[in-house]
Amino acid sequence: MIPTRESAFAAPAGAPLDRLGRRSRGWSGWVTGLTPTDALTIPWTEMERRLLEMGFVEGARVEILHEGPFGRDPLAVRVDDLTVALRRREADVVLVAEG
Amino acid sequence: MNGPAAPEIALVGCPNSGKTSLFNALTGSRQKVANYAGVTVERKEGSFVTPAGRPVKILDLPGTYSLRGRSPDEVITRDVVLGRLDGEEIPDAVVCVADATNLRLVLRLVMELKAVGRPMVLALNMMDIVARQGGRIDVDRLSKELGISVVETVAVKRGGTAALLAAIDELPLLEDPPTEHGWREPTAAEIRAAHAEAARILHDCAFHPGNEHLTRKLDTVLLHPVAGVVILLAVLFLMFQAVFSWATPAMDLIKAGIEAAGVGVGEILPDGMLRSLIVDGVFAGVGAVLVFLPQIVILFFFIILLEDFGYMARAAFLMDRLMAGTGLHGRAFIPLLSSFACAIPGIMAARVIENRRDRIATILVAPLMTCSARLPVYTLIIAAFVPDETILGGVGLQGLVMFGLFATGILSALAVAFILKKLVWREATEPFIMELPDYKMPAPANVALGLWIRAGAFLRRAGTVILALMILIWFLSSFPAPPEGATGPAIDFSVAGRIGHFLAPIFEPIGFNWQIVVALIPGMAAREVAVGVLATVYALSATGEEARQALQPILSAAWSLPTALSFLVWYVFAPQCLSTLAVVRRETNSRVWPTVMFVYMFVLAYAASFATYHIAGALLR
Repeated sequence: MIPTRESAFAAPAGAPLDRLGRRSRGWSGWVTGLTPTDALTIPWTEMERRLLEMGFVEGARVEILHEGPFGRDPLAVRVDDLTVALRRREADVVLVAEG
Repeated sequence: MNGPAAPEIALVGCPNSGKTSLFNALTGSRQKVANYAGVTVERKEGSFVTPAGRPVKILDLPGTYSLRGRSPDEVITRDVVLGRLDGEEIPDAVVCVADATNLRLVLRLVMELKAVGRPMVLALNMMDIVARQGGRIDVDRLSKELGISVVETVAVKRGGTAALLAAIDELPLLEDPPTEHGWREPTAAEIRAAHAEAARILHDCAFHPGNEHLTRKLDTVLLHPVAGVVILLAVLFLMFQAVFSWATPAMDLIKAGIEAAGVGVGEILPDGMLRSLIVDGVFAGVGAVLVFLPQIVILFFFIILLEDFGYMARAAFLMDRLMAGTGLHGRAFIPLLSSFACAIPGIMAARVIENRRDRIATILVAPLMTCSARLPVYTLIIAAFVPDETILGGVGLQGLVMFGLFATGILSALAVAFILKKLVWREATEPFIMELPDYKMPAPANVALGLWIRAGAFLRRAGTVILALMILIWFLSSFPAPPEGATGPAIDFSVAGRIGHFLAPIFEPIGFNWQIVVALIPGMAAREVAVGVLATVYALSATGEEARQALQPILSAAWSLPTALSFLVWYVFAPQCLSTLAVVRRETNSRVWPTVMFVYMFVLAYAASFATYHIAGALLR
């Protein structure tokens, strides 16, 4: 999966790309981009801006600190110096690379 | 209006920035809470005088990460700042509050606010925590980078707002401010660019060694899949035990005081109508409600403490999946938890939910959460019918029944939400994206001020609405007077007695006698009034010595156990709070939803009480 928009923080060639929503507790890496998924419940331009406002910008460090007690959902994610709770459905929008 | 001399300052900031603490520190108890014209969001205005002697008005606006306005609360912040609301000008100046331990997101907000074109101050709040953790912020450089004045504040410390006050004095207020603003909704690309700019500024101006160690450690326990849930349940259980048992000594004291005052006044006044009004109407009625002040204070104490500590967001995190399973949003947890105090703040707190349908679902089930106004009723009936014993090694039976009533409310709320989701709205849910703030030690002064404001609101209600109702009920219960030489209690001949008797057949199948029916009518205005009315009705229908007795033994003698249980269950579900319905009407801006709420709750209450009465009756036979 390749990020669809230009970004100063595009992943180096060959770096493993993944969606944040598929990772589990203890995983850490950084954000490489945001892309729409089929499971979006609000318009993409709105979703993208909400995530950006909470700090999910390209290059941000992310670490999954906790998973919810029921169905391992939602996630508590450290985004740089902020902790954000979000459901896996929303986390799937965030493209990440390990490292 | 204070005239043109008092400039108006808007207090803006991200959620969890300590904005309200700062507002409290600046204004103390000089706060006015009203609603914005035409909308339902609370308008919190305070006033203070700066060291230079300039009077200033300040508005506490709902926390937001941007001016885009995604929820009704955030829309208010945007519209006030941009001067879009009726009767509100663009404020003369903006004070932006930042959690100094966490500056990144707020710097982006500052950039948006600057576009409004008013003089601005950035208050770096919680600077004491930054210093304690070995961080530092180059305030002068930050001020130069942002092009606005930047000051350090510690809202929770005496004198911690001195720098901010001085900066407000030096604000270059515009003589003739333009009525236009330069803000427009940022695009995704602009948000990205602003983040990059914020990151650069932070890198140059602030050093922060990372503050999350304690929060991280606490979260490994408090957000643990098993321990976290157990602790959440324990916290809720402790809250209810505390409300029931800690309050007792204070309640006994208030009760004894009011009774003594009633007897004292009764002895001074001559026998007759006035004495009956004062003793039976005012003292018996309002007194029976005032007794519950300690319980309400304890409940709010817990809610404020959990909120300030930062636990409420964790509770939302833990409960989100369960809530989502019933079709509610994780954020609904906070409004629903607030509804334990009162459905009205709970329903108003539902504004944090962006999606209208999620919000309406939350509003519709909020009154099923046991509000503090039901406590007087529960307490009275439980004390009269449930033995004061401990079972299972130390758990009070009375507390257990109370817990059961709360649990019934919660479970039925979840069930109703589930049915709404499955039958009425089947579309996908709103995203759940929420900051988990660092834990903070609640500041005693802040908690005290919060309690003071809420206790004051309850007392004002007791002194106005409830007092008026009590006097009305006393009139209805006393007039017309029984004919000369009549036997039987006087209330039988009164208007209230007649209404009660008239409606009694409707409620007979669920085990209610006419006294209960009489109590239900004014209970519509405020649930807790029912206790006062029962006291008044029984006081007036009894004769001589009995009238002096407390309500509780009268009820244990007059009601059967199935009736008492049916009454308790009725109170779990019944839609009998006009203020709640009025708030729903305002918040949803529709007559449909309050009607829906009234009908579904009435049907539920009647059915549940009917079942309880008959099942209990069959079991006890």
